[in-house]
Amino acid sequence: MTPAGDFRTSYRADMTIFPTRGSRVALWIGLALACAAPLVLDRYALGLAINIGIMGIAALGLNILVGFTGQISIGHAAFFGFGAFASAGLVEHGVPVVLAIPLAGLATTLVGLVFGLPAARLKGLYLAIATLAAQFILEDFFARAQWFSGGVAGRVTEPFTLGPLRFDTENSYFYVVLAAVIVMFVAAANLMRTRDGRALVAIRDHYLSAEMMGINLAWYRTLSFGIASFYAGIAGALYAHYLLFVSVEAFNILFSIQFLGMVIIGGLGSIMGSLLGAAFMVLLPEVVQTLVELLQGGAIDRALHLGNGVAFLKEMAIGAAIILFLVFEPDGLARRWRLIKAYWKLYPFSY
Amino acid sequence: MDWTLLFQLVLNGLIVGTLYGVVGMSFVLVYKASQVVNFAQGEFLLIGAWVCWWLLTQWQLPFWAGFLLTLAFMTVFGIVLQVVVLRPLIGEPVISVIMATIGLSIFFQALMKWMFGVFAQPFPPIFPADRVEIFGLQVQTAYLLSLGISIVIMAGFAWFFTASKHGLAMRATAFDQQVAQSLGVSVPKVFAMSWAISAMVSAVAGVVVGVVNGASSGLSAYGIKVFPAVILGGLDSIVGAVLGGLIVGVLENLAQYLDAQWLNWGNMVQVAPFYALILILLVKPYGLFGTRNIERV
Repeated sequence: MTPAGDFRTSYRADMTIFPTRGSRVALWIGLALACAAPLVLDRYALGLAINIGIMGIAALGLNILVGFTGQISIGHAAFFGFGAFASAGLVEHGVPVVLAIPLAGLATTLVGLVFGLPAARLKGLYLAIATLAAQFILEDFFARAQWFSGGVAGRVTEPFTLGPLRFDTENSYFYVVLAAVIVMFVAAANLMRTRDGRALVAIRDHYLSAEMMGINLAWYRTLSFGIASFYAGIAGALYAHYLLFVSVEAFNILFSIQFLGMVIIGGLGSIMGSLLGAAFMVLLPEVVQTLVELLQGGAIDRALHLGNGVAFLKEMAIGAAIILFLVFEPDGLARRWRLIKAYWKLYPFSY
Repeated sequence: MDWTLLFQLVLNGLIVGTLYGVVGMSFVLVYKASQVVNFAQGEFLLIGAWVCWWLLTQWQLPFWAGFLLTLAFMTVFGIVLQVVVLRPLIGEPVISVIMATIGLSIFFQALMKWMFGVFAQPFPPIFPADRVEIFGLQVQTAYLLSLGISIVIMAGFAWFFTASKHGLAMRATAFDQQVAQSLGVSVPKVFAMSWAISAMVSAVAGVVVGVVNGASSGLSAYGIKVFPAVILGGLDSIVGAVLGGLIVGVLENLAQYLDAQWLNWGNMVQVAPFYALILILLVKPYGLFGTRNIERV
């Protein structure tokens, strides 16, 4: 519970990520619950949780670029895919998976920096179009470069191992993803408290003022692109060692748009929101599937042929969710979450 | 060197290029009037082609009637889209507007697949002869028609923007919204009108492509291909869009020629415009005819 008024007396207290005892307790309880999840949930639910974690990491990277720096990228899935292929390729050459994942992240950073070079000069709209081109160029590269991606056949890879432990089931891999999520989210939360992180926010809010205050625009814009690519690469690598198979056609533009949707729905410039948005995007197709199954056999189903169109209905739901959030809740789930917390803080005297 | 193939490809490039030019023009129209980058431009082609196909095959209408009804429908559709989705987003940051059009794009792409299936459906034959021969080169009749229609549309645009009252109002709005408003131009009306014209003109291109290749979900690719064209020409220049469209059309066919003759990489026809796009953005981001934005504090 935060007291009325601001009683902080040091910068240290002002910058803390979890300001109250309540939030710290909630954090530890949440972590404990997450650790216990494999004991309770079945494989399917765990698979969804793993997906949410992986997508959450990638969405967080995109949020650093879009939400914190104000640059737009429509090619995030291509970088995600690059990380997946890079990690699978490294494992093929004898690198242990534990090392391959961060190395794949670094390799993706380099590629991101190459495509991010235009980002140093471009902004907004022009950058969006440049990354759109990057998406198609990289997708074409994946399809063509047999040595890198295995071509049309795709590439089979090894599960995550650590000494004698093999993380090849949902139950065990869940902990790998959980650890990665914690590391990446703590890193991002801390990045935003440093000079570099605040420089990114300054560029988003008013780049001319930021430049006048001595922030090197070209360097920070490129850096932000690099960080976003790093996150995408790590998430892609985790994805590869979860599915144990990477194929070219997965990383298309629709996937990129889904990442942007996660960021928008979660809330631009919110670290927590990235995870919420990822959860929303992963669960949305499941909800559509359940609804269609509920309606099965009914009059609506017969009139509209819902059963045959489930795949399209899922895509439509993604598009509709993005538009509805933009029109009715532009600040995303993160704001809704803050409102809920504010409501319960003074319950039942909400005034 | 295979000269016949080269000429055939350049000719194809010019014809497809005029179509890119037409789509590019309607893209630029929306961008100029309402500062919205429309990622759903390809879906206008898609919807136009499917609606026309549906009218022609399910209702057995003659081509001219189906075509006119399609245009009427697309006009209404453009206005509804602008009023329902884009009007609430006026004044929002550029990312929100871009994302809204991207959302529209996936929504309608999926909706069309759901309603009409994923397979290409041929239009009923409209012309007595499928292709004609010009200087020894085979040209589809529908492409000739499209060339004619494109030139008519371009001339129409030129007249609209230089002589008609609404066109002048639109240019005034593009130049300065507040001044236009104070001179009695209804800005919301101009926005709606620009979307209506853009949807209608794109639908014409969609129907033409549909008549040649059949209506299919592949039509939305035109909405993506339009980006290299308009960036090359300059985002806010209508002449630039037409020229950019022609250049991109020829470029991708030349890339295909290079590919077929020597490189054998495959798929160059799809990707070459995007390499060009990155190059243009690096060297001359405002394109050939675009206005350079001058930063003032």
